[in-house]
Amino acid sequence: MTAPEEKITQMQGYKLHVVETDKYKTNQIVWRMKAPLTKEDVTKRALLPHVLQASSAAHPTTTALRSYLDDLYGATLYVDLAKKGESHIMSFLLEIANEKFLNDPSPLLKKGFELLAEILTKPNVSKNAFDQETVEKEKRTQKQRIQSIYDDKMRYSNVRLIEEMCKGEPYALQVNGVATEVDQITPQNLYEYYQKAFREDEMDLYVVGDVNEEEVKKLAHDLLHFNARTPKKAETVDVQKRSNVNEVKEEQDIKQGKLNIGYRTNVCYGDADYFTLQVFNGIFGGFSHSKLFINVREKASLAYYAASRLESHKGLMMVMSGIDSKNYDKAVGIIHEQMEAMKKGDFTEQELEQTKAVIQNQILETLDTAKGLIELLYHNVVAHTDVKLETWLTAMQKATKEEIVDVAKKIELDTIYFLTGMEAGK
Amino acid sequence: MERILFDQLQEELYHEKLPNGLNVYILPKKGFNKTYATFTTKYGSVDNTFVPLGKNEYVKVPDGIAHFLEHKLFEKEDGDVFQQFSRQGASANAFTSFTRTAYLFSSTSDVEKNLETLIDFVQDPYFSEKTVEKEKGIIGQEITMYDDNPDWRLYFGLIQNLYQNHPVKIDIAGTIESISHITKDLLYECYHTFYHPSNMLLFIVGPVDPEKIMSQVKENQAKKDYKDMPEIKRQFADEPSHAAKKKQVLQMNVQTSKCLFGIKALHVDQTGEEMLKNELSMNVLLDLLFGRSSKNYDELYNAGLVDETFSFDYTQEQGFGFAMIGGDTNDPDQLAERLLKMLMVAKNGNVFTEEQLNRAKKKKIGAFLRAINSPEYIANQFTRYAFNEMNLFDVVPMLEKLTLTDVQTLAKEVISEERFSVCQVVPKK
Repeated sequence: MTAPEEKITQMQGYKLHVVETDKYKTNQIVWRMKAPLTKEDVTKRALLPHVLQASSAAHPTTTALRSYLDDLYGATLYVDLAKKGESHIMSFLLEIANEKFLNDPSPLLKKGFELLAEILTKPNVSKNAFDQETVEKEKRTQKQRIQSIYDDKMRYSNVRLIEEMCKGEPYALQVNGVATEVDQITPQNLYEYYQKAFREDEMDLYVVGDVNEEEVKKLAHDLLHFNARTPKKAETVDVQKRSNVNEVKEEQDIKQGKLNIGYRTNVCYGDADYFTLQVFNGIFGGFSHSKLFINVREKASLAYYAASRLESHKGLMMVMSGIDSKNYDKAVGIIHEQMEAMKKGDFTEQELEQTKAVIQNQILETLDTAKGLIELLYHNVVAHTDVKLETWLTAMQKATKEEIVDVAKKIELDTIYFLTGMEAGK
Repeated sequence: MERILFDQLQEELYHEKLPNGLNVYILPKKGFNKTYATFTTKYGSVDNTFVPLGKNEYVKVPDGIAHFLEHKLFEKEDGDVFQQFSRQGASANAFTSFTRTAYLFSSTSDVEKNLETLIDFVQDPYFSEKTVEKEKGIIGQEITMYDDNPDWRLYFGLIQNLYQNHPVKIDIAGTIESISHITKDLLYECYHTFYHPSNMLLFIVGPVDPEKIMSQVKENQAKKDYKDMPEIKRQFADEPSHAAKKKQVLQMNVQTSKCLFGIKALHVDQTGEEMLKNELSMNVLLDLLFGRSSKNYDELYNAGLVDETFSFDYTQEQGFGFAMIGGDTNDPDQLAERLLKMLMVAKNGNVFTEEQLNRAKKKKIGAFLRAINSPEYIANQFTRYAFNEMNLFDVVPMLEKLTLTDVQTLAKEVISEERFSVCQVVPKK
């Protein structure tokens, strides 16, 4: 087992996380900013990283900036948005070749670092406003990004489940923001928000690769320094208990129905039984040996995919499957039966052992990619915990049948969402 | 066992061709937890007309059968191989493309056991009428899932525009109607024709001891009795060099339109170095024309005709090939028109500079380094290159050799209106 070591340093206004490893041909730098998810800010937060990565003061056009990235041996720069629990996270990712594998000795890590710092701290701004044209272009793209979810029915039905299930909670907001609020953003108010975010967000810098911690610290110290802050924590939301299962059906002109079922697990990352919940999910629907795959797909031939996944910081579990609309009752029935079986402890020692083996494998594989590793480490930032990577590997192996049944009993069915074809019932 | 060193990349590759014809490659990756192995046959959706092993006449098999076979190979008399892999802590999978079917696992423990399972399950088919029938429901749902996916429909719509006769125009999974004709006997016929070791390649990448792994594979193969295999006879209908259809518009339940512009490739009879050079030149050409740092991209983005979904790609295999450019758009006709003009400008003048070429090469070299962080990429791409008699590790040296003249010559040749086609997805009225 090789779980690499994460070295954390408190810098000015952010934390630096360095992982030294010689596994890769490239180095990965990730800048993350986290704030409570609110309707007021989410649309601006979804636009801001796109405006920042479009240009900078020194590279004032996208063509200039992208040409420079090409010159740095095709360094990749992109931005990403996520919600974890009631937090909204903006990420800036830069991956750059390690020059020791090139004929050209230019110090690429330093140049990559400088460029990322420039994107974050020296944007293309005049008179306290972002470049008007850039903002307008990126607003147009943002609207398309929000709209395009409708066209991908698998994503759409998942988004719709969350909207229905978490109505009234911040978590119902989409990461890309609210379509109708995009037009209210101006180059001025977005710049104001930029300053506020860099003043108040919880910020983290990850560097993974064949790097030297001291060298990285020095680069970070010289290039990125902000005011100290006490980050605002996302407030935990009180969820209204439902007396009845919320069933929602929506009709669209599609061939395959999309069935999405949402449960409240009442267990979050950082809770004592979180890792037991992971094992639960593995037996229930996480893998191709799981109950959902075996019973919905292999035995009943109802679907090509039938799986479940967890939202670790919000305490949700989502089941998804694509089925013929006429098989709705049958599929829902089978899924309910599998959940009942879990609550009754109706699973074998072999299912348990298989699941542990596969989870162990999955975590180790995740640690093999720089992005996967950062993703695992970042859970601690979101939940303000200090769970070691080793714990991921050991805690799940300890889960017993009784503990899994106890976790199962906490899980409550909340919402069944079905996106159905027009011919349903015929 | 042959050992090949790549100094600059600090990688080494081991290779041996076994007596039964199987090619085995091992690439040790130190520091990684995961071992990833693929067992691939040179048999895909396009191989639908062939002389079955032991027969003399060509037969045409139902559309989608290579993919169907891939699904069914996992099922054995005593259950499902997925189960066995997960008991051994591995995650297994498979995929079928136009020209290949690959079976794979990744695992961080019990590598020898998992490798044995992989080789044995692929070399020991078990098909029954009952399980074949059951699979039709599952694959039926896979097909319907793709039917609702506008990007997939756009992609295949464009291939169907470009190709008149070649089976590349057939959807890899077939249709619900075509798979209804699949029987267990047909599956065995395809299996025995295409799954002989001499038509296959095994690639293992991970923190392994190459000597040990190689002797394990040799031992495993020595126990099995394979007769020498005559050359496989495949047949492909003649294909004109021009596009079959200029344009196709698909109406779907979407809110955003999509437009994909295609160019039917030239030189699809190439293999080896020639093919590598052509493929890389084409990739560089597309990058110069439409990459994020290009003037054209800037123009299209500023005009609001493209967004971040805009992309381009080039595919070349033996017998077919195409370049595709496009993405989501507010105005699919306008986008198609602008792309056509941009391509014709590149054909008619020497529009690229040395500086731009060098930048594009640097970018591709960096992308190659990034890609070989991934065991999946190495195994899958190495196999694809090998089936086309190319070597994945020649990519960087070949890129370094490319000249502006190479790229400009290709542009003049391949860019031609008769080989263009457009496919669009628009919201249903």
